[in-house]
Amino acid sequence: MGSTSGENSTTAGVGRRDLIKRSAALGLISVPAMSFLSACASGGGDDQGKAKSGKKTEKNPLAVNDTAQMEFVLFDGGFGKEYAEDAVKIYEKDFPKAKVKFSATQKIQSTLQPRFNQGTPPDLIDNSGAEQMDMGVLVGKSQLADLTPLLDAASYDDPSKKVRDTLRPGIVEMGQFDGKPVWILYYAYTVYGVWYSQKALDSLDEQYPETWDAMLKVCEKAKKKGMAGWTYAGKYPYYLPFSLYPMIGKVGGREVLDAIDNLEPNAWKHPAVKACFEAYYELYKKGYVLKGTPGLDHIQSQTAWAKGKALFIPNGSWVENESANVIPSDFNLAVSAPTGLDSSDKMPFGTIWASGGEPFIVPAKAKNAAGGMEQLRIMLSEASSKNFTAKVKSLTAYNGGTDGITLTPGLKSGVAALEKAGDNVVNPRLQDWYVQLQKEKIGVSGLGEMMAGRLTPAEAIQKIQGFADEAAKDSSIKHYKHQ
Amino acid sequence: MQHGKYRFIVGFLAVPLGLYGLFVVWPFIQSIYYSFTDWTGLSPEFKMVGFDNYKRMLHDEIFWKSLQHSLLFALVLPLVTLTLALFFAFMINVGGRRRRGGPVISGVRGSSFYKIVYFFPQVLSIAIVSLLFAFAYNPDSGAINSLLRGIGLDSLQPLWLGDPSLALWCVMAVLVWSTVGFFVVLFSAGMASIPTDLYEAALLDGADRIATFFRITLPLLWDTVQSGWVYMGILALGAESFAVVQIMTTGPGGPDYSTTVMVLYVYQKAFRDGQAAYATTIGVALLVVTLAFAAVVMRLGRRERLEF
Repeated sequence: MGSTSGENSTTAGVGRRDLIKRSAALGLISVPAMSFLSACASGGGDDQGKAKSGKKTEKNPLAVNDTAQMEFVLFDGGFGKEYAEDAVKIYEKDFPKAKVKFSATQKIQSTLQPRFNQGTPPDLIDNSGAEQMDMGVLVGKSQLADLTPLLDAASYDDPSKKVRDTLRPGIVEMGQFDGKPVWILYYAYTVYGVWYSQKALDSLDEQYPETWDAMLKVCEKAKKKGMAGWTYAGKYPYYLPFSLYPMIGKVGGREVLDAIDNLEPNAWKHPAVKACFEAYYELYKKGYVLKGTPGLDHIQSQTAWAKGKALFIPNGSWVENESANVIPSDFNLAVSAPTGLDSSDKMPFGTIWASGGEPFIVPAKAKNAAGGMEQLRIMLSEASSKNFTAKVKSLTAYNGGTDGITLTPGLKSGVAALEKAGDNVVNPRLQDWYVQLQKEKIGVSGLGEMMAGRLTPAEAIQKIQGFADEAAKDSSIKHYKHQ
Repeated sequence: MQHGKYRFIVGFLAVPLGLYGLFVVWPFIQSIYYSFTDWTGLSPEFKMVGFDNYKRMLHDEIFWKSLQHSLLFALVLPLVTLTLALFFAFMINVGGRRRRGGPVISGVRGSSFYKIVYFFPQVLSIAIVSLLFAFAYNPDSGAINSLLRGIGLDSLQPLWLGDPSLALWCVMAVLVWSTVGFFVVLFSAGMASIPTDLYEAALLDGADRIATFFRITLPLLWDTVQSGWVYMGILALGAESFAVVQIMTTGPGGPDYSTTVMVLYVYQKAFRDGQAAYATTIGVALLVVTLAFAAVVMRLGRRERLEF
């Protein structure tokens, strides 16, 4: 019960003068308020009413109580809710005596924040969308359940295989924040990279360029035909890292990206970062970036690109769905791993950024956590995964599940890019560890300014390093490290 | 008798005051309380941290930038909007050429049409207005740059919202556009209540339009202008500025923090970064700024009330 215990903690570890000042200020406010406050926005939170565990069997490795109610709240966004409803039906079939309370909403935070504050969260949440609750804070405040039991349970399709071994690379690591526990299971799988129209590239008589010199040549050729080489979501320049970060990884190796994520001093001053920044800046300098790009939002830039005004756009695999109504039917959408510098790069061409999307969490205070995990285990079966891919044109965390269904051009190209990458999948974490740093500082104030020509690469690096150092020192945010 | 009178008054006031206390004063007290904690907004646990949030705020560059922009909004927006609205309202009601046999004062030709046109943006929600302008400001295919190209100004293709030196002005222009109509109507109503004999007297003395405006219309309209000023200032510090910045700008709040405002920063801290306590601290600062603004305007605008 936060507010009452708070009174005592102020007295610990502050000097006498501070104490007097503080208590004077507090006294003004807290004396009349105190008795009410414990009943307002926060409060509650005892471990009561948890469901007893059921019997552990081969079919029920998580020992789900087959009569306990399970509550599942889904983010109703681009992926819709049908896939989850289908999975709920399987749960209901497996546990006919259990009641499932399923709801879908776009307002995750407004719906669930009060319930977290009261200590009565649902059992499974798809914490996604614009109203996503900050994962770092949820983890930091011990609000999430460790999903390790789920990962170590037998998979739904094959009892001899653990769930952990059926997942795509990076999924488990992404769910960890610091240390072993896995707090989040990302269900969708996103491929980031450079997206383009194969048809447009063919019309230039070119292949996707593997080195930067070749990239500049292709852009020059496009420019002569009145087409810009690149465009990007200028108003949200944190789309640029989708191709820039894996390029940095390719040029300098994974360690460079890890150092950046770990907020190490001078991580951004690595020569690989400088070389990649300069390469991107050259696109601007040579006029290969579509005019006006810094004033376009993601939809506008994607529309300009789909209309053939620009050849390449850094984006994620959702672009196929998001821009479906503007992409012409003969566009032949394709994605490629980012172009590197040259053959001296540390990692081979094909190194790509792929990671999980749609983060599913089981709250620590859930009444039926085992039920929530069981629902996830069902969703990670081959059949459910296929159902998802077929319905919403996106891959899932389940490694496979694409045989026997027809894939759209973008998805097909994404699968091919993942195959080509093999183990060379990088997974920069800034965007889920330090949202503000990644989006408005590095993205808008650093990369955005550089690509609009208002900062040189050296200045951008200087500025970004400053932001990173600030974040590393900021005690109000939780810090994470790669394991 | 006396006793009964108070009971009567209390009976009437209790409910509204109670509601006011519960839904206005109480949340204020709560947020001030939370600004002394480290509450994340995502879990029930928090502890008191004294003035830590306030110390942090004073060293927060983004906070100072947002404060600066909010103050600029509160100064520039009322000034521009009210000046424009006064001008339009005057032209609609008083500024017309005198016609033989007509009334002593009248608006310009077609003034009733203009009145409707000016009020039009007021009908649209601010979210729709922001979206419309986001499209208009699109440097690639937006209306404004297309127009510039259309009249042969191919070399002049600003980035609008993408340019740190223009973005804030672009946002302000949208707010002016969407609010000016309301004040035109408000001032028109005010002007209609000014007795025409005052105008007649002025015209007989040979006053021109400008003199009439400054000597008669403005002084008699002063109360309305003053409350319009407070209202517009609060609007500029609060919800309206949040909506346009959040929907239209780079980032939002950019490019390079050139459009961030206090309300946006409160929102981002509370709902993006999970730092509800710090957000309430900025909220308290915003409360202080808003109160100070209202106080300054009331103080500066104090004048003898004219009876007519």
